[in-house]
Amino acid sequence: MNGIDPALLIAALMVASTPILLAALGEMVVERAGVLNLGVEGMMIVGAVSGFIAAYGAGNAWAGFGAAILAGAALALIFGVLTQGLVSNQVATGLALTLFGLGLASLLGQGWVGLKGPGLGRMDLGPLADLPFLGRAVFRHDLVVYLSLGLVIVLNLFLFRSRAGLVLRSVGENAASAHALGYPVRAIRLAAIGFGGACAGLGGAYLSIVRVPQWSDGMTAGAGWIALAIVVFGAWRPGRVLVGAYLFGGISVLQLNLQAAGAELPIELLSASPYLVTILVLVLISRRRHRGGEAPADLGRPFHASA
Amino acid sequence: MIVLERRPAPSTAWQGLSPVLAVALTLVAGGLMFAALGNDPFAALRAIFWDPLFGEFAFFFRGQLLIKAAPLILIAVGLALGFRAGVWNIGAEGQYIVGALAGAAAGLAFYPADSRLILPMMIAAGAAGGIAWAMIPALLRVRFGTNEILVSLMLVYVAENLLASAAVGWLRNPDAVGFPGSRDLSRWGSSANPELIAGTGAHWGVAAALFAVVAAHVLLTRHITGFHIRLTGAAPRAAAFAGVNGGRLIVFCFAVSGGLAGMAGLFEVTGPAGQISIDFASGYGFTAIIVAFLGRLHPIGILLAGLLMALTYVGGDNAATSLGLPVAAISAFQGMLLFFLLAVDVLTHFRLRWRPRGVAA
Amino acid sequence: MLLSIEGLTKRYPGVVANDDVSFQIAAGSLHALLGENGAGKSTLVKAVYGLVRPDEGRMLLDGEPYAPDDPRAARAAGVTMVFQHFSLFDALTVAENVGLGMTERVRQRDLSERIRTVSRDYGLPLDPDARVGDLSAGERQRVEIVRCLLQDPRLLIMDEPTSVLTPQEAQILFATLRKLSAHGTAVLYISHKLDEIRALCSRATILRGGRLVDECDPRTTSSRELAERMVGGTLATPQLRKRDVGATALAVDVLDQPPASPFGVALRAVSFEVRAGEVLGVGGVAGNGQDELLSILSGEVRSRIGCVRLGDRDVSRLGPTARRTLGLSTAPEERLGHAAAPDMTLTENTIVTGARRMGLVRGGLIDWKRAAIAAAGVIRSFDVRTSGPHAAARSLSGGNLQKFVVGREIAQKPDVFAVNQPTWGVDAAAAAAIRQALVDLAAQGTAVVVISQDLDELLEVSDRFVALNEGRLSDPVPTAELTVERIGLMLGGAAGGPMPEAAVA
Repeated sequence: MNGIDPALLIAALMVASTPILLAALGEMVVERAGVLNLGVEGMMIVGAVSGFIAAYGAGNAWAGFGAAILAGAALALIFGVLTQGLVSNQVATGLALTLFGLGLASLLGQGWVGLKGPGLGRMDLGPLADLPFLGRAVFRHDLVVYLSLGLVIVLNLFLFRSRAGLVLRSVGENAASAHALGYPVRAIRLAAIGFGGACAGLGGAYLSIVRVPQWSDGMTAGAGWIALAIVVFGAWRPGRVLVGAYLFGGISVLQLNLQAAGAELPIELLSASPYLVTILVLVLISRRRHRGGEAPADLGRPFHASA
Repeated sequence: MIVLERRPAPSTAWQGLSPVLAVALTLVAGGLMFAALGNDPFAALRAIFWDPLFGEFAFFFRGQLLIKAAPLILIAVGLALGFRAGVWNIGAEGQYIVGALAGAAAGLAFYPADSRLILPMMIAAGAAGGIAWAMIPALLRVRFGTNEILVSLMLVYVAENLLASAAVGWLRNPDAVGFPGSRDLSRWGSSANPELIAGTGAHWGVAAALFAVVAAHVLLTRHITGFHIRLTGAAPRAAAFAGVNGGRLIVFCFAVSGGLAGMAGLFEVTGPAGQISIDFASGYGFTAIIVAFLGRLHPIGILLAGLLMALTYVGGDNAATSLGLPVAAISAFQGMLLFFLLAVDVLTHFRLRWRPRGVAA
Repeated sequence: MLLSIEGLTKRYPGVVANDDVSFQIAAGSLHALLGENGAGKSTLVKAVYGLVRPDEGRMLLDGEPYAPDDPRAARAAGVTMVFQHFSLFDALTVAENVGLGMTERVRQRDLSERIRTVSRDYGLPLDPDARVGDLSAGERQRVEIVRCLLQDPRLLIMDEPTSVLTPQEAQILFATLRKLSAHGTAVLYISHKLDEIRALCSRATILRGGRLVDECDPRTTSSRELAERMVGGTLATPQLRKRDVGATALAVDVLDQPPASPFGVALRAVSFEVRAGEVLGVGGVAGNGQDELLSILSGEVRSRIGCVRLGDRDVSRLGPTARRTLGLSTAPEERLGHAAAPDMTLTENTIVTGARRMGLVRGGLIDWKRAAIAAAGVIRSFDVRTSGPHAAARSLSGGNLQKFVVGREIAQKPDVFAVNQPTWGVDAAAAAAIRQALVDLAAQGTAVVVISQDLDELLEVSDRFVALNEGRLSDPVPTAELTVERIGLMLGGAAGGPMPEAAVA
């Protein structure tokens, strides 16, 4: 394993983690509002394909990110209308969203496979980028990486320091009480669902526009599901979600490096390792979770205000 | 403003009608989608739903219908039992792959022996493989409370890697120089899962699917275990109060669905697919989720839903060759169907009522 | 007049919840709203609080038209409400809970200070930083009241506030309400406890079947009169039969049980015995371990070996099915979703607990015909008003479903029957029938454990009384020797140990 440069490894880790971090942050807000949306994978992949097409068409990565945000949010709102308006089962509807998203993305992406997108330049951070080690590891990324980190801070302030965040959490804790106090439970949940979709779409677009950067069918390869696992791992707190996403990103980058370095392990085992590690982590946190309730109390429970 | 009003009891009429309405709505929305793709919507719908059954080449497609429907039904029946109890096995695709691998490996261990016992032994091994793979999320859930949705799903990706390693490594046909993929199991007499009635496509998997439908129906309507499954899904606390052992029920549901998915994989690898190859996984395990819901999680409904879904596959292939419709359009179409079904499901539990705007609900 | 309600009507499918109701509430008055469950009290106050929009009629606040779109509008107009259930957030702090219920925005630090001030002024001690899930029921109610008081309300609506309080705590609440009234805040006080209303309120509006049936001054009207106007007939009290007390049927021995959920209650050193033919009343304010105690008896939660004995058999490690087979039946508090599956039919709900003892399952297969007959039997013997065994449990009214749940267990002729809140949210006629059934069951030799918050009920049906307080059980006292004061002290935990005989007398 000589040949692996730690600074480059950290740099690659940050890029690899960003899509999952974005999707996980979005889903965290959704779950804080008491809604379980299992459609993250579907929203991510639709974000990936629509973002790629828009970026390619406009020749500008930011057009792609904008389109992906809209596409992700639009898809999420289908889920929102079904679960909040028509009181459908959240688990089933989330699964439907994933299956539909995979099909739709594959359909939209016909003819775009293998093309090269416009790419996204790194941000000019001046002297910071020239710092030894840190400069190469941390300060030579594109704006989206820093935006995702900024989102961690913003969401932390929003959830735990703002009144709006308090209201959002109250809806996730006890929708009936929030309703009785006069808060519009459904509207708040819809807004959270839309935000989650936008984040997932952006995360998907980051994959297809920056990380890979091209469109291929099924390219999210379970990233959306891993984002869901990271929300649980992160105990519904932005800081810990960041840790989870970077841990996971680290493992996937490390296994890719090991593959490239020709490690003695079978390639298939290395490719499967991120998923195996996710399972392991889920087991470890479920043991921890037995002790105290961290999940929003009304998570996944449908709410229908009876008149 | 339209408001929802909970019915005192679920409407049985709508329980049966809602899938029909969902299919109708999907046809409309799907037609619009095909039109948006630049196809004549009527020609496309005709190519998907009519031609395979009654068109010029129907004799060819009809056989395909049962071949596609059998694994879908077999897997969906198992999944539906779990879904009814609120046990979410989303990883049937992985159990399907591992079942096929386990069954194929067990059979190939005896290659080239000639025995009528080999295929039954392979079927058992396939079921065992699927069960073993399903036990991972089941036992983790029971022992540690780990989310079974995420674990079973993660294991699909692990199984896909396992499949890849088998196709290029440990199950590769030693006689085929350089090519990945196992020996052709459908051409080895001892392991072949042949067409039982010529021209129908019916192989042993079709028979197993029919048997599974009947058995699941009896289980759900007559047996106390089936009652406990329904009770757990309808009211988990009432089930605990009744004395249902939640852990045992989770293991049971995963074992049945994993076993059936494993068998479906085995029937596929010894029949229509013929061999273990890198692209053996075809998404049946995921489509079966749609089939289960479309069939109202009811065995008889699943039988019909499986046939309908198989028709969209076969018809989609037909539309792809005759009209150039993208194959992926069919998966989007299937996803749409599930959306509409979940949407119209609201009518089973709620009444829609018109209320003047501004009235607080 | 502070609030005038004129011709208020609210219809739901199949029922008129409020039918042309008109009355007035004077500023600073303590006004009672009386009625049975289902009389329309909740709908009426929800309309005043903006949660329900009436179909007809209007309201005037200080002579101005008043039609709140939502609770926030109501609060802005000076109308607040303390709910019986469902309006606190366990995982949030007291200050956060209070902040959520306020219309104006206050900085968290100022809010904590104001909470301290108000709770001092009104004698309602509270720590703003405590998590609500860790508070007792009485403290939780204080959170709700403080939340209302911080907004200087002109009308405070209180829905069954004393159902979660000990008699002593209730006295403190009354003092607070009188103080409020003296400061000019009107209180609309909903209750079906007549003694309270007679002690507290100067005006009473009585609803029955959605209609206003009477208005009176409760201080000069007898409890019996009030009750008969409320119910619209005469009340039956259970007829006690002479009972022979037999051998010990159920014994719980030094049971310590950690809570099953994050905000649950731990049971500590709980010991008691019930004899055949005896009714043991377990009193206590909600949230002191009642649910936990019942789940220990039902077998949903297993306990340490030797803790629960049925006759001379240790059943501590047995599950619900095995215990039922041996003759220990239970009925939990929550009818829909726990004692019965809402969307399943009564036939199916009969199988839920009756599979073995009613012989409804043979060799793993369900005998549907027998199950339907058994369900019909329960419906007939316990006068359950429903369209038949095929009706979904959800479609029954609270009282009828409770009759079905209790009847289902009694029909299995258990040796021991434990029931939690048998008449909670049940109309008076059904409550009387259920109490009679419990007394009759004991007369046939069953050992009965009744867990209830309703002290009158326990005094009526039980032979011995124990109090459950923060997971601890007091020593049993024969019901005949009880006084309300003594009960109050037991519930408050003051009488953890046996009391000197003098204090009882």
